[in-house]
Amino acid sequence: MKKIKSSEITPEKLFLSRRKFLAGLGTVAAGAVLTACAGETTTPSTTETSTTTTPATTPTGTTTTTTPGPEAQTPYDDVISYNNFYEFSLNKTDVAGLARDFKTSPWTVEVGGLVGKPQTFAIEDLEKQFPSEERVYRMRCVEAWSMVIPWLGFPLGKLLQAVEPLATAKFVRFETLYDPERMPGQNMPFLDWPYVEGLRLDEAMHDLTIMSTGLYGKPLLPQNGAPLRLVVPWKYGFKSLKSIVKIDLVEEMPKTTWPLASPSEYGFYANVNPGVSHPRWSQSSERRIGDSRIPTLLFNGYEEEVAGLYAGMDLRTSF
Amino acid sequence: MTWLRRHGAFVVINVLAVLPLLWLVVDAWLGRLSADPVTDVQDRTGLYAIILLTVSLAGTPLYWLLGFDWLRLLRRLAGLYAFGYVVLHVANLVWLDFGFNLTFLYEDILVKRYIIAGLAAFILLLPVFLASLAIRQARPVRGWRWLRYLVYPAVLLAAVHFILQTRLDLRLPLAFTAVIALLLFVRLPFIRSFIDRSGKRRVELDQ
Repeated sequence: MKKIKSSEITPEKLFLSRRKFLAGLGTVAAGAVLTACAGETTTPSTTETSTTTTPATTPTGTTTTTTPGPEAQTPYDDVISYNNFYEFSLNKTDVAGLARDFKTSPWTVEVGGLVGKPQTFAIEDLEKQFPSEERVYRMRCVEAWSMVIPWLGFPLGKLLQAVEPLATAKFVRFETLYDPERMPGQNMPFLDWPYVEGLRLDEAMHDLTIMSTGLYGKPLLPQNGAPLRLVVPWKYGFKSLKSIVKIDLVEEMPKTTWPLASPSEYGFYANVNPGVSHPRWSQSSERRIGDSRIPTLLFNGYEEEVAGLYAGMDLRTSF
Repeated sequence: MTWLRRHGAFVVINVLAVLPLLWLVVDAWLGRLSADPVTDVQDRTGLYAIILLTVSLAGTPLYWLLGFDWLRLLRRLAGLYAFGYVVLHVANLVWLDFGFNLTFLYEDILVKRYIIAGLAAFILLLPVFLASLAIRQARPVRGWRWLRYLVYPAVLLAAVHFILQTRLDLRLPLAFTAVIALLLFVRLPFIRSFIDRSGKRRVELDQ
C-alpha cells in the first residue's frame, strides 16, 4: 500500500471537479479507482479489471486539506473485514463471515413520510436513477478508530428532491432491515431493532451526505451495508446506518437507536468532536487503521464544509 | 518420577500461564489479528490478566477446601503472571497505541473512569508484585506481608475497569465480577471457618 499525499483526502471542491459517473451498476466490474493527485495509483489487490483514471492534469499542491499529515486509503481487506454491524455480531471480525450469504436482491427502499411523491424504489432502479460517483471520506468510529474509504454513491439530497419534501418535513428518519432470520444479531436483546438513525433535513441535504452502494469501485459487500447505506463523514460511524429499507421525512427529531440505548453516551447529532468526551473511548485522538494514532478533528476535518449547519448551537450540549 | 511429583505442578502452571502469550504472538506472527491489532492485544492481555487474577484469588479458598500444596503454588504463580499480563496491557496502551504521546495520554487518562479504575488497580498491584519477588528471596521482608491484601481492592477495580470499558454485552465482565466477589466473600472469617479444612487435615496427618 503506497502512501498517498494528504491531498488524497478529497476536499469538496476537488471531488466536484473529478466526479465520475458510472454507467449503471452492471458495469461496476469496470469500477472507477480513485487516483492520487500526485499521479500515484492505488488499486485494491482484489480488483480484477479496473479502468484507472489518473487526473494527471491536476497539479500537485493546489489542493488544500483540513487534515494534517499523510492519509492513505485504508486497505480494502481491512475495510471488508473489520465491521461494526451489530445486526450480525458484536464482534467486528465475525461480521463478514456471518453476512457472507446475506441476500441483497431483491431489495426495495421505501421513501415516504412528509413528501409529495412517496415512492418505493427497487435497488436497481435507484442506482439507475442516481448515478454513482466516487467520494473519498474519512470514517471515524465512536470507538476511536478510523479509516479512509473511497465510497461509491450519490448525494442523499438528490433522492430527497425526487420525492419532493413537504414544508413541514424537518428531519429524515432511516431504518435498517429487520429480519432476525437473516440478521442473527437481531436475536440478541442488546439493542432495540430495527436500527433507526436520523438527520436534520439540512444535514441530509448537504452535499457531503451520500447514499453509498459501493466502495473501492465495487458493489458494497453485506458487511459494509449492502445494498444501500448512508455515509455522513463528519459524524461518528454509527450514524451511517447500513442495509437501509426505509427513509421517512418527519417533523419531529426521530428517536434513534444509540441515544435510546444510552442517552448519556450518544446524542442525536453525534458530530465528531474532540471537545466532547465519551466515557469509554478517546474522542481527542484516534487510531487510523493500518497507521498510527492521530488527533481527532472537529467535524472529522470537514469543519469548513459543515460548521455552518450548527451556527449558534452549543455542540457540547447538542452532542 | 520423583522429579515429576516435585516439579510437575510448577511446570504445568508455568506452561499454562505462558500459553496465552504464545498464542497471541503466533496470531500476530501469522497475521491472524484483526485490522486493528493494537486493540486485539489490548483486549487479550487484559482478559488473560483478569483470568489469572481470578485463578490466583481462587487458589486460597480451594486450598482450604482441598488441601493440595500445588494450589498455594498456583495462587502465587498465577498472581505473578497476571501482573506480567497487566504490564503488557499497560505497555501496549502507552507504547504501541499511544506511542508515548503524553498529550494524547493526558487527555484520556484523567477523564475516563475506566482508565482511572484500571490505573488504580495497576498501582495497587505493583507493590504486591515487588513484595512477592522480595519474599521469594532467602530473607523475606516480614513487614511486607500485609501488602498482599492490596490484591483484593486491585482485583475489584480490575473488574470495574472491565465492566466500564465494555460496550453493550456485559455478560463476561459481570460473570468475572460475580466470581471475584464470591472469592472475596468466602475469605470473611465466619465463612472461612466453614470451608477451611486445611488446619484440621494437618492435625489428622500429625496423629
